[in-house]
Amino acid sequence: FVLYQVEILDWKTKQQLCFLDKVNDNIVEMAGDSIYCLADPHWYPARQSIRLDPKGKSLRDEEILQHLPVGTTATLYFKDLGPQIGWTMVFLTEYAGPLFIYFLFYFRMPFVYGLNDKLTSSPHPVVNLACICHSFHYIKRLIETIFVHRFSHGTMPLRNIIKNCFYYWGFAAWLAYYINHPLYTPPSYGQNQINFAVIMFLICEAGNFSIHITLSDLRRHGSKIRKIPYPTKNPFTWLFFFVSCPNYTYEVGAWISFTIMTQCVPVGLFTLLCFIQMTVWAKDKHYTYVREFKDYPSIRMAIIPFLL
Amino acid sequence: MASSEEDGAGNGSLEEKEKGRKRSLGALATAWLIGYNIAMTAGWLVLAIAMARFYMQKGTYKGIYKTIQKTLKFFQTFAVLEVVHCAVVRTSVLVTGVQVSSRIFMVWLITHSIKQIQNEESVILFLVVWTVTEITRYSFYTFSLLNHLPYFIKWARYNFFIILYPVGVVGELLTIYAALPYVKKTGIFSLRLPNKYNVSFDYYYFLIIVMASYIPLFPQLYFHMLRQRRKVLHGEVIVEKDD
Repeated sequence: FVLYQVEILDWKTKQQLCFLDKVNDNIVEMAGDSIYCLADPHWYPARQSIRLDPKGKSLRDEEILQHLPVGTTATLYFKDLGPQIGWTMVFLTEYAGPLFIYFLFYFRMPFVYGLNDKLTSSPHPVVNLACICHSFHYIKRLIETIFVHRFSHGTMPLRNIIKNCFYYWGFAAWLAYYINHPLYTPPSYGQNQINFAVIMFLICEAGNFSIHITLSDLRRHGSKIRKIPYPTKNPFTWLFFFVSCPNYTYEVGAWISFTIMTQCVPVGLFTLLCFIQMTVWAKDKHYTYVREFKDYPSIRMAIIPFLL
Repeated sequence: MASSEEDGAGNGSLEEKEKGRKRSLGALATAWLIGYNIAMTAGWLVLAIAMARFYMQKGTYKGIYKTIQKTLKFFQTFAVLEVVHCAVVRTSVLVTGVQVSSRIFMVWLITHSIKQIQNEESVILFLVVWTVTEITRYSFYTFSLLNHLPYFIKWARYNFFIILYPVGVVGELLTIYAALPYVKKTGIFSLRLPNKYNVSFDYYYFLIIVMASYIPLFPQLYFHMLRQRRKVLHGEVIVEKDD
C-alpha cells in the first residue's frame, strides 16, 4: 500500500482548507469526487471542483490518486462552482416554458393583442398547424428528457438556467407573437409551401428522435464507457454515415421547416441562432470523438454532410 | 457609451508590459498603427478647431453640426478599423466593438438621420466630450507606440474620463430623447404589420430600449475604467473577481 497525504487549498487564496493524513488510495477513492472533509453539506459534491492546478481543469469523479502526477503528498485545489441544478430539471424548465408561452399567444390572451382581439382565433389553418407542430416539438423534447436521455455530468450552474430561460422563453414569446397575430400573413406560395414544410418537419422530428434513441442505447445499463455511434437498421440513423451529430442536423432541419411553414422572420432568426449554437456543439463533440477514437470514420463531418 | 474604453497599445498595463507587447508587433503593424493614431489625433484636432472657430466667429453653436458633419462622419466611421486592430493589439474585440458601434449608432442613426435635432444643445455637449476624449486617447496611443509617453497625457487619459464619461452619456441620452417625437411622427426605420415577412420593428421603442440599456452598461464600463486607472496610475494590483 502507498499512503498519501492530501492537502486541499482554496484555488484563489491558497489557504489550506483541510489536510488528510495517511490516505489510502481506496479510501479517498478518487481525487475529483466528493471530498467531504469540507464537512459541510453546503458543499455538495456537484458543487465542488477539485483540480491539480489552481486554474486547471476539474478532476473527474473516476480519477484516483495513484494515477495522478503527485508524489506521496498531494496538493489539490478546491473551487466552489456555485449552486448547481440537475440536467433533468434544466431541460424540463427550458422546454415547458416555450410550450405554455406559445399557448398564451395562440389562444390570444387579452393582455397580448389587446381587448378587441382577445380569445379570438385565426382564420388561417396554417396558424393552427404551426401551434400543433411547435407544441409537438416541445412535448417530444419533454418526453425525451424524462425517458430517453442519459446525462453524463449531473449538473449545470444555477446561473446558467436563468440566462437560458430568458433566451428560450423570450424567443418563444417573440415568434409566437407574430405567428398568432391578427395581422399574420400566410406563406407566399400557399398550400404547397405549407405541405412541403410539414413533411420536412415530420421527417426531421422522426430523425431527431431516432438519433436520441440510438445515442441512449449506447449507454444502456448505466455504462460509462464511451462508444462511437453507428447507423442502425432505422433509415433515419443512416445520417451517422455522414455526420457525428445527426441529432443537431435534424433539429436544425425541423426549425428550417417551421420557418418555411410560417414564413416568419423571427422564426428564421431563431433558426439561424440555433444553427450557430448547434454547429459549435457539434464541432466540439466531433473533435472529441476524433481525438478519443483512432478508428473514427474519416468521412464524417460535424453537422452538415461533406460541408461543416 | 461613446467614450474612451479599452485601448490599443498601452492597455492599462505597466509600461514594461507595453513595451514587451509592442516589441512583438511587426514593424509594419507598428508603423500602420502609429500612422493611424496620428491621423486620428489630427482629425479630431481639426474638428475641435473647426468647432472653436465657428463659435468664436458666429457667437452661437446653432449650425455647428452642419459645418463639421462631414469631418465627424469620416473620422468616426474610420474608427471601425479599431475592431480589426484588436487582432494585433490584443484588446477585447467585444468591448471595442460595443464602443465603436455606439458611436456609429449616434452619428449615423441619430444625428444624421433625424435632422431636426442637429441644433440641440445636447449634441454640442457630446461632440465636445467626444472631441476631447478622442484627442487624448489617440495621442496617448501615438506616444505609447513611439515609446515616449509624457506623463501628462497618461494622466489626462486616465483622469479626464471621470468627468467626461458621465457628461458624454448625458449628452447622448438627451439627444436620443429629443429625437423621439420625430421618430414617432415619421416612423423612420420602422416596419409595420401586415407584411409577408410577419415581422415588425418600431424604431421608437427600440430607442427607448437603447436608452434603458445605458443603465446597466454605463456603470460597468465606468468602473472598469476606474479600475484601469488605479492599476496604471497607482500601480495597484487588482484581483479580478472571477466567476
